[in-house]
Amino acid sequence: MEFKEKLISSHLAFEEDLNLDDSVHETRASALKVFEEKGFPSKREEAWKYTSIEALIQKDYALFPKSEASINVNDVKKYFLYDTDTYKVIFIDGIYSPFLSNTTHDGLDVCLMSAALTKPKYRELINTYFNKIAPEDDSLTALNTSYAKEGAYIYIPKNIVAEKPIEIIHFSSGNENALWLQPRNLIVVDQNAQVQIIERHQSLKEHPVVTNCVTEIYVHQDAFLDYYKLQNDLPSASLIDSTYIVQEKKSHASVHTFSLGGKLTRNNLRFFHKGEHIMSTLKGVTILHGKQHVDHATLVHHAQPNCESHQDYKGIFAERSEGVFNGQILVDKIAQKTNAFQQNNNILIDDQATVNTKPQLEIFADDVKCSHGCTIGQLDEEALFYLRSRGIPKKEAKALMTYAFANNVLASVQLPSLKKRINGQIAKKLGVNLGFDL
Amino acid sequence: MAYTEEELKKELETKEYEYGFYTDIESDTFPSGLSKDIVRKISEKKGEPEWMTQWRLKAFESWSEMEEPEWANVNYVKPDLQAISYYSAPRTKPKYESLDEVDPELLKTFEKLGISIDEQKKLSGVAVDIVMDSVSVATTFKKTLAEKGIIFCSISEAIKEHPELVKKYIGSVIPPKDNFYAGLNSAVFTDGSFCYIPKGVRCPMELSTYFRINQAGTGQFERTLVIADEGSYVSYLEGCTAPSRDENQLHAAVVELIALDDAEIKYSTVQNWFPGNKEGKGGVFNFVTKRGICHDRSKISWTQVETGSAVTWKYPSCILKGDNSVGEFYSIAVTNNFQQADTGTKMIHLGQNTKSTIISKGISAGKSQNSYRGLVQVGPRAKNARNFSQCDSLLMGNECGAHTFPYIEAKNNSAQIEHEATTSKIGEDQIFYCNQRGIDTEKAIALIVNGFSKEVLNKLPMEFAVEAQKLLEISLEGSVG
Repeated sequence: MEFKEKLISSHLAFEEDLNLDDSVHETRASALKVFEEKGFPSKREEAWKYTSIEALIQKDYALFPKSEASINVNDVKKYFLYDTDTYKVIFIDGIYSPFLSNTTHDGLDVCLMSAALTKPKYRELINTYFNKIAPEDDSLTALNTSYAKEGAYIYIPKNIVAEKPIEIIHFSSGNENALWLQPRNLIVVDQNAQVQIIERHQSLKEHPVVTNCVTEIYVHQDAFLDYYKLQNDLPSASLIDSTYIVQEKKSHASVHTFSLGGKLTRNNLRFFHKGEHIMSTLKGVTILHGKQHVDHATLVHHAQPNCESHQDYKGIFAERSEGVFNGQILVDKIAQKTNAFQQNNNILIDDQATVNTKPQLEIFADDVKCSHGCTIGQLDEEALFYLRSRGIPKKEAKALMTYAFANNVLASVQLPSLKKRINGQIAKKLGVNLGFDL
Repeated sequence: MAYTEEELKKELETKEYEYGFYTDIESDTFPSGLSKDIVRKISEKKGEPEWMTQWRLKAFESWSEMEEPEWANVNYVKPDLQAISYYSAPRTKPKYESLDEVDPELLKTFEKLGISIDEQKKLSGVAVDIVMDSVSVATTFKKTLAEKGIIFCSISEAIKEHPELVKKYIGSVIPPKDNFYAGLNSAVFTDGSFCYIPKGVRCPMELSTYFRINQAGTGQFERTLVIADEGSYVSYLEGCTAPSRDENQLHAAVVELIALDDAEIKYSTVQNWFPGNKEGKGGVFNFVTKRGICHDRSKISWTQVETGSAVTWKYPSCILKGDNSVGEFYSIAVTNNFQQADTGTKMIHLGQNTKSTIISKGISAGKSQNSYRGLVQVGPRAKNARNFSQCDSLLMGNECGAHTFPYIEAKNNSAQIEHEATTSKIGEDQIFYCNQRGIDTEKAIALIVNGFSKEVLNKLPMEFAVEAQKLLEISLEGSVG
């Protein structure tokens, strides 16, 4: 049986223990119809021109893990930001792990999607926010919606500043042969509230796992969202991550994506502007080797005047890795005085590495400042020679330059401990010890 | 009162197509529709050898299975391809010894364009192969060229006289199966130009052809084949204007360039077909396939000034097959009223040390949509490939749109690719600066638009630059000059 058929036929079993009377059921059912009709995206679709998930869906993935896996805190501690106190929402094989987590309802809600979807006190919120910005015609997002059940639910009320960062981590234990995960997160940052969130998907054993994750984020007036995605998974794990963000006026939202590992990673990141004076930041560093594949598909939809967006993606590709950048800036007719910037720089280290980039501007307003730049190149031979002439070995010199290349993305990371962590990971990825703290 | 952008906008909208006139020459027209029989009939009518007929039929067969592409960023009512007459030629085909014998009606047409053959002949020494509808009716300077061994004639003549060259190269760069409109063209092309420059010859003059769509309801399917043999050089000019017509006219041309080792081809186009009136009615559909192939150390340079047509769908491309070959693309695309343009280039780097440059300037006014769509592809064996792309858009008024769709694919680590794009309007501060130096707003806008497109205008051959300026003026009258 094809995997698509399995997904469709398993849906009944999935809904067995769920309340079929509520509106969420209807959302799920209609989403399943969309998926049934559209199926998995193929390379024939423009948005998936450079990324094929054909090979991924050939396997027979388990949709519901058989048993609850227990994992030792000490085994996974290294994946936490252990030196900083954080709220944690931890899932193992898609199932919430109360033992590892640290949730709260004190002043702000850091809890579970399953609770939000079923408990009556969240009903209104779910009706207002759930599946309101996720595009209905995107087949993978629809698939996620049809199986939406668990994930992180975060609500920061008016004028509240979350005093601790929130970590959302999805572990896959490797108990199943092959696993298909579909977490669904909902984050609402109310007026003038602030929050920092770190999201991570991690498999603990080499085994085929595909995560089709959807996150919806609402950033209200004057609110502030700082979101980090750490993607440094094992080479057997794939991730399709779709994040949809709506911003109200005068809000700030920034998303940093660090793609350092995994087999195939697709990042759909979309921003919609609903007010004036909005600032959006999208930044990313991608460092790949082996046969890894990372695809960044971004969209910033400027629908209101006087907004600003800033995109900066750096890619370093070694061996046979493949990088894709598909950035889109859409400026509506009324979005005058828009200031949109997009930059994508890539370095190809080895012969076999590939970069496909497609930075797009679609502009319907005249009084705008929109530009994009995109480069593909190598490390500067002369700079390399200069460093070596100063006694820095070639490998370190290269690493230093690569680090410098990625630096202005790292510079805007607001959490010091996270920054240090990423620096360490980058140094490790480049295979050097620079002998000093970057 | 000072001239404002508002006024400019208004003027642009109301600006009618100046070259909308119709030359009254009797035409010999086929019944409309397309079938195997029509293809055969076209071939027969032109007295083509059997291999050409077969080639057309094969193209027709593969075309029948193709679908009209829809990926371009343009909206239009698809032309009914069965309602088009696929052959239209002036009934009498006189052979001219001198220009005096040319139909005075025809000469008048060119006079209206401000580029009479006489003037061209005297002033610039350009050999003009005039294509009036589909059959060439006058060729000048043939003798001078013949002395050098250069073949410059209509493609139908070339099929008869130089079958070995045509057979070898036609469809070699753009095979009939390439795309829908190239397939259609391959099956039904009625005429076009053929040019062959022998080894080591530098063509002493700019070669030029003027295409015009004349007969109402006639599709124009031109086929151009330019072959530059080893070490040769040629500069080819193509200019187009079309009379005003209410129904949409289809133009699906194919241009193939072949630059053999060490050769250089410079291909310049000025296109000013009827863009439709200010309500967006009428206008020419321009679906053109242009591509060149570069062998070792050769160079192909495309320069285009696109001001006309209701819908443009055009991507002059270079396949940089040979080592050390160079591809260039310089373009100005101006859209106004309801015009839509989706244009750009493809640079396919296959050989080592290949270089390409893309400079694209888009100016949109009125309610028009202007898109740049380009591909830079570096193959795995294309060591040290170098590309620089720059796409700038200028928006006038808030009802138009400018779009950029660059595709960049690098499969080699030694590739160096740069791409940058900007979109802006004419800055108030720029105008203010000019104003306070005593330059009025109209002049200031002209100055800025001129400066904006200068990089491309400079690439045009002298003879053409004047005309290009003129066309820019018509498209954006009030803003230029």
